[in-house]
Amino acid sequence: MGVRSWFEGWPVYRQLTGTDPLGRGAAAKSDGSRALTARTDTADSMARSVCPYCAVGCGQRVFVKDGQVSQIEGDPDSPISRGRLCPKGSASKSLVTSPLRQTTVRYRRPYGTEWENLDLDTALNMIADRVLAARDETWEDVDAEGRPLNRTLGISSLGGATLDNEENYLIKKLFTAMGALQIENQARI
Amino acid sequence: MAEAHPVGFQWVMEAKRRGAKVFHVDPRFTRTSAVADSYLPIRAGTDIALLGGVVHYILDNELDFREYVVAYTNAATIVTEEYADTEDMHGLFSGFNDDNATYDQASWRYEGHPQDQTTRDSETQRETAAGLENESHGAPVGGETERDETLQHPRCVYQILKRHFARYTPEMVERVCGIPQEKFLELAHAWTENSGRDRTGMLVYSVGWTQHSVGVQYIRTGAIIQLLLGNVGRPGGGVMALRGHASIQGSTDIPTLFNLLPGYLPMPHHAEHPTLDKWVDSIAHPGQKGFWGNARTYGVNLLKAYWGDAATADNDYCYGYMPRMTGDHGTYQQVLDMIDGKIKGYFLLGQNPAVGSAHGRAQRLGMANLDWLVVRDLFMIESATFWQNAPEIETGEIVPERCRTEVFFLPAASHVEKEGTFTQTQRLLQWREKAVEPPGDARSELWFFYHLGRVIRERLATSTKPRDRALLDLTWDYPTHGPHAEPSAESVLREINGYDVATGRPLASFTEMKDDGSTVGGCWIYTGVYADGVNQAARRKPGSEQSLVAPEWGWAWPANRRILYNRASADPDGNPWSERKRYIWWDADKSEWTGYDVPDFEKTKPPSYRPAHDASGVAGIAGDDPFILQGDGKGWLYAPTGVLDGPMPTHYEPVESPVRNPLYRQQANPTRKVYTHPINTLNPSPPQEHSDVFPYVFTVSRLTEHHTAGAMSRNVSPLAELQPEMFVEVSPELAALRGLSHLGWAHLVTSRAAVEAKVLVTDRVTPLRVDGRIIHQVWLPYHFGFEGLVTGDSANDLFGITLDPNVLIQESKVGTCDVRPGRRPRGQDLVDLVVDYRRRSGNLVHRYPPMVTTDVADSSSDQEA
Ligand code: SF4
Repeated sequence: MGVRSWFEGWPVYRQLTGTDPLGRGAAAKSDGSRALTARTDTADSMARSVCPYCAVGCGQRVFVKDGQVSQIEGDPDSPISRGRLCPKGSASKSLVTSPLRQTTVRYRRPYGTEWENLDLDTALNMIADRVLAARDETWEDVDAEGRPLNRTLGISSLGGATLDNEENYLIKKLFTAMGALQIENQARI
Repeated sequence: MAEAHPVGFQWVMEAKRRGAKVFHVDPRFTRTSAVADSYLPIRAGTDIALLGGVVHYILDNELDFREYVVAYTNAATIVTEEYADTEDMHGLFSGFNDDNATYDQASWRYEGHPQDQTTRDSETQRETAAGLENESHGAPVGGETERDETLQHPRCVYQILKRHFARYTPEMVERVCGIPQEKFLELAHAWTENSGRDRTGMLVYSVGWTQHSVGVQYIRTGAIIQLLLGNVGRPGGGVMALRGHASIQGSTDIPTLFNLLPGYLPMPHHAEHPTLDKWVDSIAHPGQKGFWGNARTYGVNLLKAYWGDAATADNDYCYGYMPRMTGDHGTYQQVLDMIDGKIKGYFLLGQNPAVGSAHGRAQRLGMANLDWLVVRDLFMIESATFWQNAPEIETGEIVPERCRTEVFFLPAASHVEKEGTFTQTQRLLQWREKAVEPPGDARSELWFFYHLGRVIRERLATSTKPRDRALLDLTWDYPTHGPHAEPSAESVLREINGYDVATGRPLASFTEMKDDGSTVGGCWIYTGVYADGVNQAARRKPGSEQSLVAPEWGWAWPANRRILYNRASADPDGNPWSERKRYIWWDADKSEWTGYDVPDFEKTKPPSYRPAHDASGVAGIAGDDPFILQGDGKGWLYAPTGVLDGPMPTHYEPVESPVRNPLYRQQANPTRKVYTHPINTLNPSPPQEHSDVFPYVFTVSRLTEHHTAGAMSRNVSPLAELQPEMFVEVSPELAALRGLSHLGWAHLVTSRAAVEAKVLVTDRVTPLRVDGRIIHQVWLPYHFGFEGLVTGDSANDLFGITLDPNVLIQESKVGTCDVRPGRRPRGQDLVDLVVDYRRRSGNLVHRYPPMVTTDVADSSSDQEA
């Protein structure tokens, strides 16, 4: 190590001679931190997203490396949030990568005491069977005066405020066509 | 706001830096209070008394923005002489019907108006939460009104308002809310001082306002103040609702709600809407003024979007396929029906009612009595494991071996694993790009419902039953892509936006919609989001490169307007009220409205335009009537129809209150929605006996670090670490009174449940002097449950079920309870404890608080007028 680089390794020297007189940026950097690269720099791709928690709608940038979410940051371009995220928004990466996330279908049979596994396609078909059966058993064509009802009150649904508009649109469309009136979401609560 | 909407709060701090004064009203001192100029502790459930005090202050001192009020509100409109006020009727308005606890609204109407024949009766309106339809437009009313612009006529709205709020004096505010008069006057002074030509004031509220038995009227009171002060439709003004879920606004606009269809069209009612024409007329009110006159167009476009080629003029566009409401089919009615065995199957889609809904025990017992339950979530939530781990297992009320509910848990895709739009709290749609594929079996709701629909339609392909036609004729042909055959969210957004059937060209505005079947549009208020075939919600022009309005970031409904009713930001002649508050104005040279935002007015209708006598629809709106979705074009200080619990807000006590209403003999909202069901016990309140068994007021709200029912935070380690435990905040005075020690345990008891929590003794909650006595309040977070990294009892278990009559939202921000030291008992002992409280409060056999209490003369201030 030459004298010059020894000197330059000294933060006070850099602070006095460099572009960082307050010693809060480049001057204070150690060799260790100089060698680091931000995950955001090495990401393969970045998706423009929105925080999934409250309705402020803060902008997020979702960085992806090797097919996995490697970082989620506030989007500085957003006129709503200007790059900021609160504790929840900042925890979004932990949310989507949480080891507690369920990734397989689970099934509890009537009177069962344990969860069992079920194939997704089987589950989808079983649910379709049950929807059709419940609909048939509880179908109401007309009221007491013969006016049309076209409905089932045997099926309920709750949820939507955390979902996308496109999803709510399909849910409402399908349920309406099935005659299933009783769908609700957090907006009622 | 700093706690629950922290990033939104940065703008409050920006405003403060520029000289705005910040007032914070909350039962509990929070991070918001810490940086506010003034903090007003309030008794939970008394906001109308506080805000009514502000209305009184404005009118008493004639501090209203008179030019704005005369021109833009209905202050000058004369009301029929049949109208009688709460002043003369101990807290009831004229038209009350004891038999079904509703008002006949006829006597509230404007002078000279016939009673509207197409308006549903009040009971039907309550049962179907008809108030929600007014999220996009006012309730129906004719446009021709009798006016006295001097505001002197004794029956003009201005004078009626003045009289109605006459008793909301500073002394009364102190007596009801527990807010010292000086504090109140400081607020009233600052609010009025900071409103007018040059300045605007903003009112911000959160769900703490909606979850009350008079929730709609809380917000109405805020709106009355803002209208009186000229703070509506102007920059820096308004009533800002801070909603709590990423797309809760979207799920109201494109509703997964029983009583609405997309764009606030009502779900048909069996008696009121037998045909397409009747349905449309009930919305459009033929001859009525305003944009809602085009209801037929919006309705036909929706039906065409649903049933495509099958929907023709000859078959009323398949209107007959629609299911019909017969009454209340809301979530609480459903839960009671589950307990009674009437419901077979239940879908839960990113929602956790076992923790998040009022009366958790009712929720869990309902789920335990189904044939089947489908839970779609990221995490294994309480609503999926109730059969295994609910508190009712310990008490023996749910026994797994005897619980027949079949449960399917299907993992959901997260927000980064699918694409689509959220609508945030200011009606702004923002498209999210997909970052990665969902793991394992996790799928989007778009995938699940598209494929569920596909399978169901395949099963029925050969069906000849009439009931299956609606499914078989449904347009359900969205293109799919990728390994899992994910449907295209953009193609759904395009259908929502609408397009020309012949050419496929996406519509640019709902004004391009036709009522002859030649256009299709799934949600008229969203038309324009896909204008020019471009996903406008995906626009991301940096805020720093745009004006303050940032019109090229996302897309806001309607028509990318960022401030609604912004015609009111100009004076009647079309000039800005002041340079400082310039926003939208009339450009006389170009003969058009212009400004920083999209004008919320017909672009070329001059300020001088006056409608012909018989003009209806949009043509009926004058050039100086900014409220274009109201039948009379005016902002309503007084609602002549459509608000079921009165034309003006009135302070009623919460359904559970330790206090006799100091303002009127009428104790609680006389039109509230009540469920008499064995599981729904309510604590007694004055004038009933034994309210002293539950002497304390409790309220709940959010922590910064947790989210609603906790699924998305109690399963996320950094957040769980930050707030690891259920706790209750109590004042040092109450701690001393009840023998509670800091960091020790306490439990709260109501006639529904007992929940335990760690004790936080803190000055953040303070005893209040109310009507001559000390009222203690306690505060709890409502995020905890029995699953996840951190667990605890659920605060919502404490609540009973009583709803606001307008929108059927439950009162779950205030209730009464007892507070006891130590942990709660377990098993049968827990059941015994709650039963003992019910016995002591005289409520073993159900007694519901009386709806009307005007004959009980123990409300000392309620003198005869
Ligand atoms: S970061 Fe925080 S404030 Fe912003 S949307 Fe997410 S939860 Fe709301």
